[in-house]
Amino acid sequence: MKKENGKKWNKYLYAGIVMTGIAVVLGIVGFFWTPYSTTAMSAAEKFSAPSLRHPFGTDNFGRDIFSRVMRGLGATMLISSLVVFFSGLAGILLGAVTGYFGGILDEVVMRITDALNGFPSILLTLVIISLLGTGRQNVIISMSLVFIPSFVRIVRGEFIRLRDADYIRRARMMEVGKFRILFVHILPNVFSVFWVSVMIGFNNAILAESGMSYLGIGVQPPDASLGNMLSDAQGYLQSAPWCALAPGLTIVWLVLGFSLFSEGIRRRASAAGV
Amino acid sequence: MKGCIHSRKFFYSKHILWRKKLCGFLFTALLAMAVLGGCADGTGESSGDNPYMGSGEVPLDSGSAQVSGDGTQDGDTSAEESTSEESAAETDQNRQETPDEKYGGSIVVGIQQDIDSLDPHKATAAGTKEILFNIFEGLVKPDENGNLINAVASDYTISEDGLVYTFTLREGVKFHNGNAVTAEDVKYSLERVSGLLDGTPLISTLSVIQAVDIIDEQTVQVTVGSANTELIYSFVAAIIPAGSGEAEGADPVGTGPFSFVSYEPLKGITMAKNPDYWQEGLPYLDSVEFKIMGDGDTSLMELQGGTIDFYAYLTDSQAQALQDSHQVISSPTNMVQALFLNNAVEPLNDVRVRQAICYALDKEAINDFVAGGNGTLISSAMMPTLKEYYVDLNDTYGTTANVEKAKELMADAGYADGFDMEIAIVSSYEFHMQTGEVIVEQLKNIGINATIKGMDNGTWLDEVYNGRQFDATITALTCDMTPGYLMNRFQTDSKKNFINFQSPEYDEIYLKAQAALDPAEKAGYYKELQRILCDEAGSAFIQTPANMTAISRRLAGYKFYPVYVQDMSTVYIVE
Amino acid sequence: MKYLGKKIITLIMTLFLVSAAAFLAFQIIPGDVVASILGTEATPEREEALREELGFNDPPLVRYGKWAAGVLRGDLGVSYRYSKNMNEMMPVAELIGDKLPVTLWLAALSLALIILVSIPLGVLWAKSRSHALDAVLGVITQATMAVPSFFLGILVTWLFGILLKWFAPGGYVGYRENFWGFLSYLLFPAISIALPKIAMTARFLRNSMLTEMGADYVRTAYSKGCSRKRVMYGHVLRNAMMPVITFLGMIVAEIVAGSIVVEQVFGLPGIGRLLISSISTRDFPVVEILILYITFVVIFVYFLVDILYKVVDPRIS
Repeated sequence: MKKENGKKWNKYLYAGIVMTGIAVVLGIVGFFWTPYSTTAMSAAEKFSAPSLRHPFGTDNFGRDIFSRVMRGLGATMLISSLVVFFSGLAGILLGAVTGYFGGILDEVVMRITDALNGFPSILLTLVIISLLGTGRQNVIISMSLVFIPSFVRIVRGEFIRLRDADYIRRARMMEVGKFRILFVHILPNVFSVFWVSVMIGFNNAILAESGMSYLGIGVQPPDASLGNMLSDAQGYLQSAPWCALAPGLTIVWLVLGFSLFSEGIRRRASAAGV
Repeated sequence: MKGCIHSRKFFYSKHILWRKKLCGFLFTALLAMAVLGGCADGTGESSGDNPYMGSGEVPLDSGSAQVSGDGTQDGDTSAEESTSEESAAETDQNRQETPDEKYGGSIVVGIQQDIDSLDPHKATAAGTKEILFNIFEGLVKPDENGNLINAVASDYTISEDGLVYTFTLREGVKFHNGNAVTAEDVKYSLERVSGLLDGTPLISTLSVIQAVDIIDEQTVQVTVGSANTELIYSFVAAIIPAGSGEAEGADPVGTGPFSFVSYEPLKGITMAKNPDYWQEGLPYLDSVEFKIMGDGDTSLMELQGGTIDFYAYLTDSQAQALQDSHQVISSPTNMVQALFLNNAVEPLNDVRVRQAICYALDKEAINDFVAGGNGTLISSAMMPTLKEYYVDLNDTYGTTANVEKAKELMADAGYADGFDMEIAIVSSYEFHMQTGEVIVEQLKNIGINATIKGMDNGTWLDEVYNGRQFDATITALTCDMTPGYLMNRFQTDSKKNFINFQSPEYDEIYLKAQAALDPAEKAGYYKELQRILCDEAGSAFIQTPANMTAISRRLAGYKFYPVYVQDMSTVYIVE
Repeated sequence: MKYLGKKIITLIMTLFLVSAAAFLAFQIIPGDVVASILGTEATPEREEALREELGFNDPPLVRYGKWAAGVLRGDLGVSYRYSKNMNEMMPVAELIGDKLPVTLWLAALSLALIILVSIPLGVLWAKSRSHALDAVLGVITQATMAVPSFFLGILVTWLFGILLKWFAPGGYVGYRENFWGFLSYLLFPAISIALPKIAMTARFLRNSMLTEMGADYVRTAYSKGCSRKRVMYGHVLRNAMMPVITFLGMIVAEIVAGSIVVEQVFGLPGIGRLLISSISTRDFPVVEILILYITFVVIFVYFLVDILYKVVDPRIS
């Protein structure tokens, strides 16, 4: 591997921050202000090609796609962040307890995660959504459930590794409380590994959210989300390709920016570590 | 988990796939438009005084599609008189071709969803029934004008009191297996559908049959429990060989113009010409394959590539794309699309709120956005194709939004600040979803914060249609050609009254309508019922969507029916 | 042997859990197949008759038991929705057997593409001393990995189907009618599935090789006078391939899941599409078998990878 020779800033980090930054700013601004209303329809402006007036063009209802992309970006990022937050939290709790104590609970949790692992996550989300119904909250709940196992595995593995470390043995001998050991002594040492999985998780969540909205079980129209815009646009691929390209490329931009960012972080960390 | 095989996916699947909706799209098998209802085919009155209905505008685009003529050659049908003028006009054109040039060849028809059953008595999906029309026939059948013509029966009489139907069987009608149709077969078929055979009625309207008696080899007498002038339309129920329903095995056997050849799930069904068909000269084609597309955009490509010759229920954008290469013909459907309101939940239980919603809708805009302006706007629960019964009530709320009036009503009702409302829609019905998007936007103008709740068809049936746990829903009702079936559902106690509409006046008039033995009187009552439903704003009725059909330029002779039928018997190849 | 036994027990347990969970889910989700079949046309009599016919009047445990007993006997049951003819319902085995080749060929084609492209690419990349090539490949692969499969499917359709007209979107041909036509149509969905995986595998192989190239034994080999070629292909690549095999195993599992979406995008009548439509119509027997099948394939592939690993490298226990 070519060494990034200890530079604090590498190209990955730089590109990642710029791309993610633009997306985050657009998304946040989109919650409060968009150039046009995201839902107002205009028969006169159906399917306008991209222009100065409408940088990404308009859709079949004459709605400004750029405005909808802004709002959709915000929705996608918000949902993904919440999913990673909830599933990460649950992953830490379950992983810590099962990893540290082992036993029956560990067995049960691991068998369940195994089963979930052998099962395409998209199917699982589908089943959960048909139990709960469509809609934003339910997307967050079902995706969080689906994401928990991967976090549990990572955290559990780290806890197993650390539970026999010398400093933990010492703490145990000094009769430090169990929960203090778990969350004060071990947890901080798990974070470096955990962050990596959070970054991967966030990217996966973006893809999963847009996938679900694409399939019609996520954010419901007329609210904009990148996935449901893409699915609406598919029927007009021939006559108005911009309707599909704008939200699609935005997803790519967001995911790419974020993975460059995490790659940059990783390189910086490994450069610093070497 | 959406989708739904049993009803028809109507137009408008817009994306290639799964489109939104796994539903539908998922599932594909997506299917189904939410056609509620659908019972008997046929319309008008058997006496032959029924006006020309529906399909008049048919070949919008040229003389290449013939309207009628061949299908009504059989001289003894009551419909013949009413359509003879058009037939005369068309026949000249038909004669330009020498008959043998018309015969032979095979075509591929794209269909949207899979067959739900090959048993004609058990099939419930409109998309299945319209195809099985080619294989099976009843004692009577609908023609392209929406009239009943005689089929397996050559004649029938109904007793004065409306309780006894006597059918005379047509000579020389044969099943596809070569056996002649006997009175036994008719008795068996009617007993099977009415539940006399095993206690389970397969066609609910025919469960009133009390006895089927064979008078002689060519005559069958049916006794019913209660008189109903619309019952005759239910005798379109297929006649099948005696005993076949339970045991016959592989092949569906009927008397229609085409016989069943093969069926493969998710692929399609193939039929071959019935050489012994009783209508002289029909059908023209040697074979017809119905190919399941499962998806609207695939069908576009296949039409353009020539792998399918015929496809109905195009979306607006597909219709545009095919305008130059195909005959694209718009015909009215027999459906009523509406924003159905649950009359039992707050605040929709207040008639002023419901009226406000009716005023707030800009139906013209909806039609422009989702149907390319091809739909027919309505304000009643009846489709204009049922001319005799339909009453135009568009003046009541107007076809564009009257926000002032709507706000006033909202304020009167105590909802000047609006309220939240959920609109349940089956996600795979692109057409309804898009309508919903427009409506959500329009309702904002009067302060109603509506949100769409997409669901699959199974959930919709469970929660909305049967469970009645909803605020509002967008779907379409149909009744084929028996208006009573449409009106029936809005009685207070009807099992199908999923919107919980309550009006003692309505109930009373409905009973009068049922009792009426005079068609004109009955029509009058039905019009009154529509007026009550509209004035009380039982729901916000929107439009009768148009059915856009693309037909290859090499075909001619297709006839549009104002009911769910894809009749291939009159189609022939021109080149 | 003990290892094998343990794996088999885990496999059975997992399949049991998955099937029970799917059964349970079908008990809870709104709407059942009876309502779905009869739709708005339902009459109480027909509903009752159909319920009886499908055995829905038994308690849920009995139904699950009957189903499971059938599967153990090799009887996969019949579909609730697809009829074979007027009186017989379609056996699930037959229904799936018909769709399976489509999905399997799609997976095979995708995997072939991945292996054929990513391995030479990864090797080339690892050997490359050009910074420019390194940077270009780095950016391209990063970007490719960021494209969700459904969007890639749309892009491929738009680019190759609509703009370049290399194939007719939706012009799927059955494998029985025209096998070559079938394969050439499958090529485009396979590209949609393969592209991101090619990028991942190439990166993975390159990193793996770079790590190996820095290992002591490589220096030893050079010092013993081995040619560069020999070191590269004889030692480095061979050792670097081991983690790649594991990685490919995971990818096979992902292809199976990914094809569910891609089949929708390209209108392929494979098991993914059948699964989605069966869920929506609550066709439980079909859904159960498909879910079991997919779970089985995924677990089995992981298992194979495990074994392969042990065979290639006996040190791993």
